[in-house]
Amino acid sequence: MAKYLLLKHYRGAPSAVNDVPMDQWTPEEISAHVQYMNDFAARLEKTGEFVEGQALAPEGSWVRYDGEGRPPVTDGPFAETKDLIAGWMVIDVDSHERAVELAGELSAAPGAGGKPIHEWLELRPFLTAHPSGEECLGHG
Amino acid sequence: MDEALLRGLTPSVLTVLVRRGADFAAAEDAVQDALVEAVRGWPDDPPRDPKGWLITVAWRKFLDATRADTARRRREDLVEEEPPPGPAPSADDTLQLYFLCAHPSLTPSSAVALTLRAVGGLTTRQIARAYLVPEATMAQRISRAKRTVSTVRFDRPGDVATVLRVLYLVFNEGYSGDVDLSAEAIRLTRQLAAAIDHPEVSGLLALMLLHHARRASRTAPDGSLVPLAEQDRRRWDTKSIAEGIGILQAALARDRLGEFQAQAAIAALHADAPTAEETDWVQIVEWYDELTRLTDSPVVRLNRAVAVGEADGPRAGLAALAELDDTLPRHTAAAAYLHERDGDPKTAARLYTEAAGRASNLAERDYLTRQAARLNALLRG
Repeated sequence: MAKYLLLKHYRGAPSAVNDVPMDQWTPEEISAHVQYMNDFAARLEKTGEFVEGQALAPEGSWVRYDGEGRPPVTDGPFAETKDLIAGWMVIDVDSHERAVELAGELSAAPGAGGKPIHEWLELRPFLTAHPSGEECLGHG
Repeated sequence: MDEALLRGLTPSVLTVLVRRGADFAAAEDAVQDALVEAVRGWPDDPPRDPKGWLITVAWRKFLDATRADTARRRREDLVEEEPPPGPAPSADDTLQLYFLCAHPSLTPSSAVALTLRAVGGLTTRQIARAYLVPEATMAQRISRAKRTVSTVRFDRPGDVATVLRVLYLVFNEGYSGDVDLSAEAIRLTRQLAAAIDHPEVSGLLALMLLHHARRASRTAPDGSLVPLAEQDRRRWDTKSIAEGIGILQAALARDRLGEFQAQAAIAALHADAPTAEETDWVQIVEWYDELTRLTDSPVVRLNRAVAVGEADGPRAGLAALAELDDTLPRHTAAAAYLHERDGDPKTAARLYTEAAGRASNLAERDYLTRQAARLNALLRG
């Protein structure tokens, strides 16, 4: 019963084994890939482990506060940003081992030539809001 | 309408349906539907006999669902008959329900969800909100769990220890969504204690009551953690503490010690101390020794090291800590605390920062970061 984020990168992850960019795939290969992702999410919903999934546009902008009474400053997009998030899936699973297993399956999504991409996915545990009730360090 | 009272009727209504011949999964759905109808209708039109009402309505829901399910002819035959009266449900039936919902074939998260619904009478939506997952996901988790236990025989005795682990998991989830899971775990453990005479069930109930009694003092108004030593002890719930201690003493007198009784004994020693300084750390260390013997869990050894640091001084605590794997959760936090007590704020500050980076929850991370910041400010002078 722990939530994990499976993070997919446009850029910034180590190179995949089957590292052909998507725009070089055949339309059928793209369809097969999308189908695989949808099936994966549907299967996780059935096992009671799916929380959510989202995809992000590759381009966005940077925004920051610029002082009282002034509009926020915007900037970018910066082409040189090293790390670019493509999307994520949130899962709720019984163990870290299970999270690794599922990330492995997702990474096997088919790419060029219908072969698994072997893409690197980043697996990040969620911080829960509160400690579980264990007595600890006199926190309890 | 008292919702807890209504939900308290869930196990006996469910077992009546099962005894009349309904299969567990269908009966559980029917009871859930009846509960929903009760929540809707009772405030305006409360029945004289709530349990009788629930049984009648749940049975009717079961019949309706079965009739609709034309593929299952065998059950069709069953519904044409008058319901056999069946033996009156007893405490044993409630116990069987706990065993079934905590069956070893279920994963912990499935057992928790099924227990909360079938024994606790919570709706799928409430459970989903409490665990911050979509309702559809929780519905699937519960129906899978029901399928998993569908072949388990209802009259087979189960393992109390697995039930207690599930209830303890629920308790530790705390307060989330619109359901107070700690209070719900206490209610379910109380109900279990009424159904079975077992010192570890009493031990867990005592532990929960003693721990729950300190809840109001455990967080500051801004939501930050208040460590035990700094808690306002006047805000501890003395009634809950007295009840917990009473239950624990009766359990210990039976001389069948288990891990929950030992944990409750430690909680009782904390609850007993009028001030943090007056805590009987020597006895707490002895209880940790018992716990180590009972469970041999690394978490227990870590807590024991901290208690040793209080009983025999921080050096002794650090020595005990040094024997443990330093990748254990909270190992670094414990080391930071003991180094500060040992008069080494520089090492302590560094370790607090490191511990914050390893914390698994926000409240603890913020607490540890504040400790590091406090020491760093002190060091800057």
